[in-house]
Amino acid sequence: MDATIFLFLLQDGIINGAVYALVAIATVLVFAVTRVILVPQGEFVAFTALTIAALENGNMPSTPWLLLALGCLAAASELVRHFRELTVRRVTRIVLFDLALPIALLLLTRTLAPMKLGQVSNILLAIALITPMGPMIYRIAFEPIAHSSVLVLLMAAFGVHFSLMGLGLLFFGPEGTGTAPLSSASFSLGDLVVTGQSVAVLIVTALLLVLFALFFGRTLLGKALRACSSNRVGARLVGIPTSAAGQIAFALAALLGAVSGVLVGPLMTVFYDSGFLIGLKAFVAAILGGLVSYPLTVLAALGVGFAEALFSFWASNFKEVLVFTLIIPVLAWRSVYAPHAEEAE
Amino acid sequence: MKLSRGPFIPIVCAVAILVAPFTGLLPDYWVTLFNYIGISSLVAIGLVLLTGVGGMTSFGQAAFVGFGAYTTGALTVHYGVSPWLTLPASLAVTMIAAGLIGAVTVRLSGHYLPLGTIAWGIAFFYLFGNINWLGAHDGLPGIPPLRIGTHALIHPSEYFVVVWVAVVLAVIATQNLLGGRIGRAIRALRRSTRAAEAFGVNTAAAKLMVFVYAAMLAGLAGWLYAHFQRSVSPGPFGISAGTEYLLMAVLGGAGRVYGAILGAAGITVLRDQLQNFLPWLVGNTGNFEAIAFGAVLVLILQFASNGLWPILFGPPPPPSPPTPRGNAHLPDRPLPAPGTPLLQAQDARKAFGGLVAVNDVSFEVESGRIIGLIGPNGAGKSTTFNLITGVLPLTSGRIQFEGHALQAQTPQRAAALGLGRTFQHVEIVADMSVIENVALGAHLRGSAGLVRSILDLDRAEEALLFANAQRQLDRVGLADVAFKPAGTLALGQLRLVEVARALCLNPVLLLLDEPAAGLRVGEKKALARLLREVRAEGISVLLVEHDMDFVMSLADRLVVLDFGTRIAEGVPAAIRQDPVVLEAYLGGVS
Repeated sequence: MDATIFLFLLQDGIINGAVYALVAIATVLVFAVTRVILVPQGEFVAFTALTIAALENGNMPSTPWLLLALGCLAAASELVRHFRELTVRRVTRIVLFDLALPIALLLLTRTLAPMKLGQVSNILLAIALITPMGPMIYRIAFEPIAHSSVLVLLMAAFGVHFSLMGLGLLFFGPEGTGTAPLSSASFSLGDLVVTGQSVAVLIVTALLLVLFALFFGRTLLGKALRACSSNRVGARLVGIPTSAAGQIAFALAALLGAVSGVLVGPLMTVFYDSGFLIGLKAFVAAILGGLVSYPLTVLAALGVGFAEALFSFWASNFKEVLVFTLIIPVLAWRSVYAPHAEEAE
Repeated sequence: MKLSRGPFIPIVCAVAILVAPFTGLLPDYWVTLFNYIGISSLVAIGLVLLTGVGGMTSFGQAAFVGFGAYTTGALTVHYGVSPWLTLPASLAVTMIAAGLIGAVTVRLSGHYLPLGTIAWGIAFFYLFGNINWLGAHDGLPGIPPLRIGTHALIHPSEYFVVVWVAVVLAVIATQNLLGGRIGRAIRALRRSTRAAEAFGVNTAAAKLMVFVYAAMLAGLAGWLYAHFQRSVSPGPFGISAGTEYLLMAVLGGAGRVYGAILGAAGITVLRDQLQNFLPWLVGNTGNFEAIAFGAVLVLILQFASNGLWPILFGPPPPPSPPTPRGNAHLPDRPLPAPGTPLLQAQDARKAFGGLVAVNDVSFEVESGRIIGLIGPNGAGKSTTFNLITGVLPLTSGRIQFEGHALQAQTPQRAAALGLGRTFQHVEIVADMSVIENVALGAHLRGSAGLVRSILDLDRAEEALLFANAQRQLDRVGLADVAFKPAGTLALGQLRLVEVARALCLNPVLLLLDEPAAGLRVGEKKALARLLREVRAEGISVLLVEHDMDFVMSLADRLVVLDFGTRIAEGVPAAIRQDPVVLEAYLGGVS
């Protein structure tokens, strides 16, 4: 391997790693606030890319229908669970958020899609369609069992993942697509050709990470979420509604997933099930970061991206094997040094 | 193999297995389905043991099925080895793989373990799919069927017998294992690792043992799968399959062996029916099976997270321990003559960062005495206990017990030396019966291992252990609740269960951490009487207690701690008058 190849792999790795970092941050966030290990996080990524691809071709994407379906399920789930204590406020909220919002977005998409308004509008529309899915999924699948063990929540997450994969095939079909690059500019740095797309990925990721740091460090809402993650009972006692916190965490996760989808669309051909592997690699990074530390997670995600690039150069067949095996030495290290603890529940 | 435990059910099963598939009542389609149910049951039974009983969640069992299947596939296809001969090979490969993976993963705490299993579960899936020798993504076709003589077992009905004989053997082996000495240790792991370790259970080894056992059941399932399917490809060994196996164990009722079969049947039939029924209902587009499957999974977790078996068949039956033959007794440990020095703490010190919890404390315990360790809250009493019993390492100083230095002490070694303890916060396995909890105390007095338990050759020893446990329960006055689940007892009773469990160890020194807290007056009197009796037998007692009447009336000598420092030592009457002690408890008179 010479320096050019190394630099090329490094660039490739950093760009993939940046996308993993966003997804991994979402995984850590959701786990910290709700103890759910969000296996279906990758689905947000794939669905966003597929939505943008449809909009670029002037087609009506199926995403609003999926959103409406999830909205109906969320509404039904909440109505059944709170049948005896329905208030006007709750019903209004359900109608507005679960039914009116998806229908409004459906009509908007139907109007905008044939107009081919261009990249910015496509991206914003896709993000707007995907983000509400987060809290809806939380309310359908996780809120009723919010107090269960991590294991039960993890299995439920797999259940959601299976269902979303099935829905993805149903709504988006088996074909894969790519999306137009965010910037077609490119320049060379020595031997290395740097594409505008890579620069865009890095800028967007860095920007979002800074925004997140500000959100959690400076705003009341961010601090409330942090309180939930460090002590749920304590947070409830001081008046932070943990259900709302869970919904916000899921909304942020869906938002981060959607942005990752925007970034990843031009880099690869995205299929309805591509999200799973992206999510799992981010998940490897999240575990390497110990599921707690955001900066460590970002570093780990960059490491995973770079390792993946190296492995695909050396032994492309065994790329996935090696990436997932990365976790083993870390776990081994933890198993030697981590103190023995009783099961969390 | 002797079928002494519940011989009825296995025999009925055996008859059903040998006759049912040949009556012609079941169409071949259903016989085939039952074969898959049986193969999955094996994996799910392993998971019940691993997850439901041992508290270790694995999403990666499908990979072990893969090890079993690929081993026999490669040996029969590439080298023409007879399928029967590859069975030990499949099991051995799985065992080695599980041993290596388990050594790295089972010590992980909390949710890291399931996460680790997901990671290697995926890694092995891609590994199987990329090794050309194993046929890569296309897999290995042309695996020969099992043969008896020249007759090939190809028809589903014939294979049914093979599969279900394996399932029944696995059920018997697993029930035997769970009922035995190692089984009790494993069942204690999930609820109370601390208690298990305090009575000599090597938790890391026990966890690894369960992990390997569960993996070998999966390997057996893989071997059966390969010769039934007669080809292997990576598909059925991925993370989705691993999740499905876990779901079977949870659906049936994690922790219940028969539940695993129920769960396997439920999931297999459900998936099969969804595949048949949904395309007819909604047309042929889309992957409705996956959607419905995920939805069912979420619904089960929301409405029946303890599984179906407990809902249908109620709680597990109480254990039926064997009775000992003749007058056989467990050999008792020789006790030192009363008054000989037993335990010496010299400048024992424990610092947590800047906080010195135990500050150069020295005291002695002689055999046949009751020594009270008292002091206000936060004085360092429980920390001293933990130093003596090896739960925490000393920062400096030394503790000697019968001449053995306890520096590099583990709870297991402390138990082996004859230190029996109770806990300030009760450490009881709530879903195990009272007598089994007490029998856990005698863990080190038995020697039956995994294989002896599985083959049911541990009955004589078990009889002795249970007889001893029953005797200790009689002594603490809990004989009438011996077969109730421990979780149903009141706090005071649980403290007495802990005392009985510590006595079951046949201790030289009994360390009791606030045994009278939560006891009623009558129970306290009975406990005091018991402790005097124990002292008369030559056993020493180190007693941490806040109830002054209780401890003053019992103790031969008191050691008083305050803020980690020993402030007084002497007979109860002298301590009562000691101005320093009075100041520590009541505040200074200035």
